[in-house]
Amino acid sequence: MNPLATVVTAPDTLVGHPVIELAGVTKTYPGGVTALRSVDLVVDYGELLAIVGPSGSGKSTMLNLVGTLDRPSQGTVRIDGHDVASLSDRQLSALRARRIGFVFQQFHLAPGRDALGNVADGLLYTGVGKRERERRAEAALVRVGLGDRLTHRPYQLSGGERQRVAIARAVAGDPPLLLADEPTGNLDSVSGAGVMKLLRELNEAGTTILVITHDREIADSLPRQVPMRDGQVI
Amino acid sequence: MSAPTASPTIHNRTKGSLRPARLRPSDLARLGGYGLRSRPLRAVLSALGIAIGIAAMTAVVGISASSRADLDQELAKLGTNMLTVSPGKTMFGKQATLPDESVAMIKWIGPVQSVTATGVLSDTYAYRNDRIPAAQSGGLSVLAAKLDLLKTVGGTLDHGAWLNAATDRYPAVVLGATAAERLGNVPAVYIGGRWWVVVGVLQKVLLAPELDSAVLMGWPAATTYLGFDGHPTTVYTRSVESQVEAVRAVLAPTANPSAPGAVQVSKPSDALAARRATNATFDALLLGLGAVALLVGGIGVANTMVISVLERRSEIGLRRSQGATKGQVRTQFVAESLLLSLLGGAFGALLGYLVTGMYATTQKWPTVVPLWVLAGGVGATVVIGAIAGLYPAIRAARLAPTEALAAT
Ligand SMILES: Nc1ncnc2c1ncn2[C@@H]1O[C@H](COP(=O)(O)OP(=O)(O)O)[C@@H](O)[C@H]1O
Ligand SMILES: [Mg+2]
Repeated sequence: MNPLATVVTAPDTLVGHPVIELAGVTKTYPGGVTALRSVDLVVDYGELLAIVGPSGSGKSTMLNLVGTLDRPSQGTVRIDGHDVASLSDRQLSALRARRIGFVFQQFHLAPGRDALGNVADGLLYTGVGKRERERRAEAALVRVGLGDRLTHRPYQLSGGERQRVAIARAVAGDPPLLLADEPTGNLDSVSGAGVMKLLRELNEAGTTILVITHDREIADSLPRQVPMRDGQVI
Repeated sequence: MSAPTASPTIHNRTKGSLRPARLRPSDLARLGGYGLRSRPLRAVLSALGIAIGIAAMTAVVGISASSRADLDQELAKLGTNMLTVSPGKTMFGKQATLPDESVAMIKWIGPVQSVTATGVLSDTYAYRNDRIPAAQSGGLSVLAAKLDLLKTVGGTLDHGAWLNAATDRYPAVVLGATAAERLGNVPAVYIGGRWWVVVGVLQKVLLAPELDSAVLMGWPAATTYLGFDGHPTTVYTRSVESQVEAVRAVLAPTANPSAPGAVQVSKPSDALAARRATNATFDALLLGLGAVALLVGGIGVANTMVISVLERRSEIGLRRSQGATKGQVRTQFVAESLLLSLLGGAFGALLGYLVTGMYATTQKWPTVVPLWVLAGGVGATVVIGAIAGLYPAIRAARLAPTEALAAT
């Protein structure tokens, strides 16, 4: 039985509605590089999909736009029903704090904080008190199978375990949308497979998950693939 | 074309909640602490400048306040109601004397409680033995003293006895503290071709330091053996505390009605306070040094914060992805700077207090560090920390989240 089945972040009423809508999105960097060209993409609540393509094809650029960390040069980005262009920097921050979780290739864990502290700190900007943050952090670490590593510092953890901590941090606040940029990029194949299994379990529990990868095999293991090349969806 | 078709229900569900949550003060303090704890040695070193500055300022003010407190205690014991009268120069520039009857006249002033006098024996010197050439007099003065001198000036004996009605008329002397040091532990001194027995030695007399370097003898003995003219040269008075200023106004005309302008009246307790206060320029110098140390300390903190922001770009990016607003990133780094600066300030205040305590103890002073200094020190460090942290914090907040995350 799936232990995550009780955690439902996307109520049934939302399934089938779009959580990500990109329409004619173009991103040109100040240097003149156009990393995305007129991209259209709709992702519904509850989906698990891979953005797959070679290095430099614009995957991370797309993730930054979907994650509201950057704004498009042209086109519309709607996340969770909000037109990003209409939101202030503060409102985007609030949107990220409550609706989006991020997992990065480099983990980005604080070396001086144990697993529990790293995960709990991820909730600092949600307005939840310290006790509650720690309670949720512990629950999230149990969810990713690290219930016995709460007080371990990052250097005491394997690469796969570190990425699990990072995933726990991303989902501790129960965001409906989880964005993972090459989550297995720094891991060996066994750890990588474990991380992908964990992401599938989280998706079954209701989280919409967008995984970026250059690895065709990993992409093919997911229900939906969006192939990219040269800044375009193909 | 997939036109944005978000259902209104979803839109409304999150629309109202798009206001960033406030960071609680406790979380902010914790955030500031993490940054410092991750590099403790750097934190300590960069707080050192501020610590030294605050310590210097605390110690300067503390030592001066302790000295002041000691003086106040001393004066409370000695009294501030003593006035001394001495002849100034005449119109022709000669050393004036006071009329013989001036002591008796001053006694008539109502609020005056006691009057006593000394008279200088000019061209008379004291030697430790009869073989020392007359020119080597050692800078000691020979004074005739009234018997109630000691009581009036608040002097105390180091050992031996003060003059009395018997030793008053015989060749006997009492030595001031400095005079005893210069002459050595001798049983008798040689004055005017005759041996004078040392019957006592005084401790330092705070309100009449001129007695320290004096050899004191009885008024009749000075007249009998050394041809003393009997003119008083310094009159010491004690008055009712509340009337000291009134007495001061009439002392000169009373002491010498024919030439009141030639009479000098002074209040030794004022002079004493003034002498302690002359350290003010030295204090100002030290305070200036403390201020420079504070400035350098502030620059040190700013430098540390700039480096910290550069090193922690990926942390900043991560926090932005977790929903930190620009303002919250800014606040975090200002808090860290404030904490760093306060750390230095608190340590400096403690250090300054300890230095004051040690110095005051060696001087046998009470240790006094006014509260306003400690409060001022904390206030100064808060201001410095805020200013030092502001620029790095603004830079941290301006970092684009994607750029910050791309940093390794
Ligand atoms: N901040 C940036 N400034 C300028 N060019 C960039 C920036 N980020 C990415 N690019 C360029 O955009 C293109 C797409 O990059 P990216 O989205 O990182 O691709 P991927 O993640 O698929 O490897 C690349 O040519 C890259 O050099
Ligand atoms: Mg990439």
